[in-house]
Amino acid sequence: MQQAGTPGGNYYKTRHRMPERMLHTTEFLRRPVPETVSWALTRFTRLITGAQARWLGCAPVPVQRIYFGNHNSHADFALIWASLPVALRRMTRPVAGADYWEAGALKRYIIHEVLRGVVIARSREEGGAEPVDIMAAAVRAGDSLIIFPEGTRNTTDELLLPMKSGVYHLAQQCPQVDLVPVWMDNLGRLLPKGEIVPVPLLCSISFGAPLRLQPGEDKEAFLARIRAALLATRAAAQPEET
Amino acid sequence: MTHFQGTLLIAAGVILLLVAVSAFGAWLKLAAVDGHPHPLIDNLNQRIQAWWVMTFTIVLALLAGRIGVVVLFAFVSFTALREFLTIAPTRRGDHQALVMAFFVVLPFQYFLIGVDWYDMYSVFIPAYAFLFLPILSAIKSDTRNFMERTGTIQWALMITVFCISHVPALLSLRIPGYDDRNVFLIVFLVLIVQSGDILHHVCSRYCGRRQIAPQVSPNKTVEGFIGGIAAAVALGMLLSWMTPFTVGEAALVSLAATLMGFFGGLVLSAMKRDRGVKDWGTTVEGGSGMLDRVASVCFAAPVYFHIIRHWWSV
Repeated sequence: MQQAGTPGGNYYKTRHRMPERMLHTTEFLRRPVPETVSWALTRFTRLITGAQARWLGCAPVPVQRIYFGNHNSHADFALIWASLPVALRRMTRPVAGADYWEAGALKRYIIHEVLRGVVIARSREEGGAEPVDIMAAAVRAGDSLIIFPEGTRNTTDELLLPMKSGVYHLAQQCPQVDLVPVWMDNLGRLLPKGEIVPVPLLCSISFGAPLRLQPGEDKEAFLARIRAALLATRAAAQPEET
Repeated sequence: MTHFQGTLLIAAGVILLLVAVSAFGAWLKLAAVDGHPHPLIDNLNQRIQAWWVMTFTIVLALLAGRIGVVVLFAFVSFTALREFLTIAPTRRGDHQALVMAFFVVLPFQYFLIGVDWYDMYSVFIPAYAFLFLPILSAIKSDTRNFMERTGTIQWALMITVFCISHVPALLSLRIPGYDDRNVFLIVFLVLIVQSGDILHHVCSRYCGRRQIAPQVSPNKTVEGFIGGIAAAVALGMLLSWMTPFTVGEAALVSLAATLMGFFGGLVLSAMKRDRGVKDWGTTVEGGSGMLDRVASVCFAAPVYFHIIRHWWSV
């Protein structure tokens, strides 16, 4: 399912290997502690989930994107982050809820220094700028984002919760950026909401075909396409029947 | 024959055998299907590849001694348990039971094997884990599919931890006149069961006509069954010198082990069918799971252990 016009996997492997390593070294020398924590977090996540990223609808090339995933667990966050090759990870910022991540010095350190997250207030009563404006500002600054359009973790038996409108407003402000669907399986079982110790079940993560807001597309139609893109990525990742 | 000479002889024999089957597999791939993808031959070559890895790992563990063997099989159990529970129908309410299964039950079972506390390791999972893990799930007050969920967790622990742990437990059996050579009991079991597996596969490929349980596994045939068992029994008789058995006894023990191994493969295939997956995972080289490779050993190990414990050990 290679998208026409996007560079393929081989392009990535041959052209970006050296710069990626150099980038890694220079970044490490510049910020040794956050880089070490980031490295450990990435390794730990890959080890405990056993997940290998599958790029089904696009290639892992360092272009600006908005990754949107299904949300079952805090580990979703870490898994998308850990699954991105380092050059992509450097330009990608997860969008995180202030109520959870601003509580406690360790969480604050991880979200600001290690993950370089875009921290937003989840409800408008907390004051400050519109969450969508903060996200759009990060995109304008050249960063990729990780978002969860369901808005909160899905603890029901449904595959997906209804999509919140935030992703539509973000797409309106950044119509030139690809939105890439990310489907993760089993993470809700690996670390359910409210639990601390993860169980090492095998997880999977798949990146689907990118989409953009069409000119004149209304909110309902766009959110339906967002949802369909997530489910299509899930379907593409299912093992073939034998 | 000393321990060292015996080990060398087995290692040389196994490696020669592996070279031979690897050559055979490569020949099949080139001559029979001209290098094109072919499910049965590719599966055979995957198994051969896995055996190379398996052989070197086992040799390394044996060189590291008793601790090495216990740690190796604890790792095998961990990987197999992970694969099994990945496709199990557990829910949020089972989380603490799963945490206990991975991080308490499994290590403790292998600790018990390590310190050779037979009275405890033979009942710890069947009795204590069996009673306590459902309590953890029930407290969460989620009753949907409760019976299926608790049954599956217990089954996972029994097959991947309890049964597999009987392989390193063989090291603790005390058999008169067989001092310090228990490690050969492990080598014998693995060789017999694995060659039963592969001969079954080859016989099914070349003269398989009548399927035993087509709904479960189209690759299991009566012809393969007979060929695999005959070959494993013959190999068992040939290798009886490394065991405390006479040639006749070796034939009977091999028969029991390989029969259990065959049906183990059948039962675990039925489980995979039920969950709609082809392989247990992708842990082992070649795209299949650890559990695909050790299914037969899981079923054979406890029976083999208890036969030896009852009739040979003191």
